[in-house]
Amino acid sequence: MTQTTAATGDCTPDALQTVSKGTLTVATDKPAYPPYFQDNDPSNGKGFESAVVYAMAKDLGYGPDQVKWTVVPFNASYAPGPKDFDFDVNQISITPKRAKQVDFSSPYYTANQAIVVSKGSPAADAKTLADLADSKIGVQIGTTSLDAVNSVIAPTSQPQVFDNSNDVVAALKQGSVDVVVVDVPTALYLTATQVPDAEVVGQFPAPGGDQWGALLQKGSPLTACVSKAVEDIDQSGELKQITDRWMSQAAGAPQLPPS
Amino acid sequence: MLVLGGLAALVVTSPGWPAVQETFFSWKAIKSSFPDVLGGFWLDVKMFVIVEVVVLILGLVIALVRTSTSPALFPFRLIATVYTDLFRGIPTILLVYLVGFGIPALQLSGLPTNPVVLGGIALSLSYSAYVAEVYRAGIASIHRSQRDAALALGLTPSRALRHVILPQAIRRVGPPLLNDFISLQKDVALISILGPQEAFRIAEITAASTFNYSPLIAAAVLYLAVTVPMARLVDRLGGQSGVKA
Repeated sequence: MTQTTAATGDCTPDALQTVSKGTLTVATDKPAYPPYFQDNDPSNGKGFESAVVYAMAKDLGYGPDQVKWTVVPFNASYAPGPKDFDFDVNQISITPKRAKQVDFSSPYYTANQAIVVSKGSPAADAKTLADLADSKIGVQIGTTSLDAVNSVIAPTSQPQVFDNSNDVVAALKQGSVDVVVVDVPTALYLTATQVPDAEVVGQFPAPGGDQWGALLQKGSPLTACVSKAVEDIDQSGELKQITDRWMSQAAGAPQLPPS
Repeated sequence: MLVLGGLAALVVTSPGWPAVQETFFSWKAIKSSFPDVLGGFWLDVKMFVIVEVVVLILGLVIALVRTSTSPALFPFRLIATVYTDLFRGIPTILLVYLVGFGIPALQLSGLPTNPVVLGGIALSLSYSAYVAEVYRAGIASIHRSQRDAALALGLTPSRALRHVILPQAIRRVGPPLLNDFISLQKDVALISILGPQEAFRIAEITAASTFNYSPLIAAAVLYLAVTVPMARLVDRLGGQSGVKA
């Protein structure tokens, strides 16, 4: 991560070298999924990441009307070259390899991995992660869930990797996979609304931890200020309030031991 | 040559080139992802070979039905026409999606739920519609006098079709058929949207976890290794039939 020495006074709308002057241009994918966004509309301030962005914007001195959202698919967010957004929030996990290509802000969330199964399937009785090794497992591409599955569960058949969480859900509903591994907040949303026949049997920490940060262009002059905004709302307790409000159920699932 | 060299020079001297080189053409990333991508490519090869056989047979059946003239076969001709219109008209990726997620959703027992099988079915539907039209063009290109002569020699209509018309027709459409198969060899990558880890999907996974697109180049090289020899074969066959014609 680039360490720009940014004095507090530098992080103002006047000083920040944003894509369009005086406006904070924030990117995310479309559709934007709950509980991170609501009604597929990032600009309503509802949902975890939307609320985090508006809190960060306020910390930097931007009003809600000075935040502009733009659609950037996950796979395009790390393309080389100039970016047309100031930062991207899309449940992007910070990893050292990724940090070679882009800048990350300080993390605003630490996610555990959740195991979702169809009610009544053999996998629903899993007491340990090793019990899941023979299941057909589905994950979403670009998530750290696949690494977590391969290294922690070590399944006997290759996990199936889908384009987005809608397809993961469809595969679970139809029984082409027995088990789905996703971030805990996503899992709780899925079981509460989209697949009532499924349940979360447990959660486990992703190897090496799974922290989400805002993604910025490599060497962006904004990185230090965006990080500072995250740290500010963390210290003021606002981040915890937002997390409690939108992700509160995330603590409920039991931890599964490796074996 | 000069133009290509000039363009290449322009690209590698552009200010963004080091970043592009690092994210798209990192030799290290290509090399380290290659074994995994190659492992996934076997699935592509198996898919392609099996679907190709199915398509060759199914396409021929459809073409024969469409070119039949017997009034009794009219309902089948209608079905065959609708089939080709429908499956040639729907984008292949959409067909893969609809079959892959739609058929298991019916929850009927006996229907396949394996995504590889479902993807194969979708590709077979799409490509048999294309190939049927290629066959049909070949059959239509054989002059009527060939059939008349065969019948005059005492062959039944079905034997005339089998021994006189089809052998000529299929030889004539060899190059366009191979052309469709080059296209199929690449389109097997579409089954990745259903979850199986074939070459493109593995490359995508590696790219997403390292934020480096270079593994996609490794996949591209593998597809080229199959499609380029095929293209040369098409050229050779095209040359031969040109001499004969």
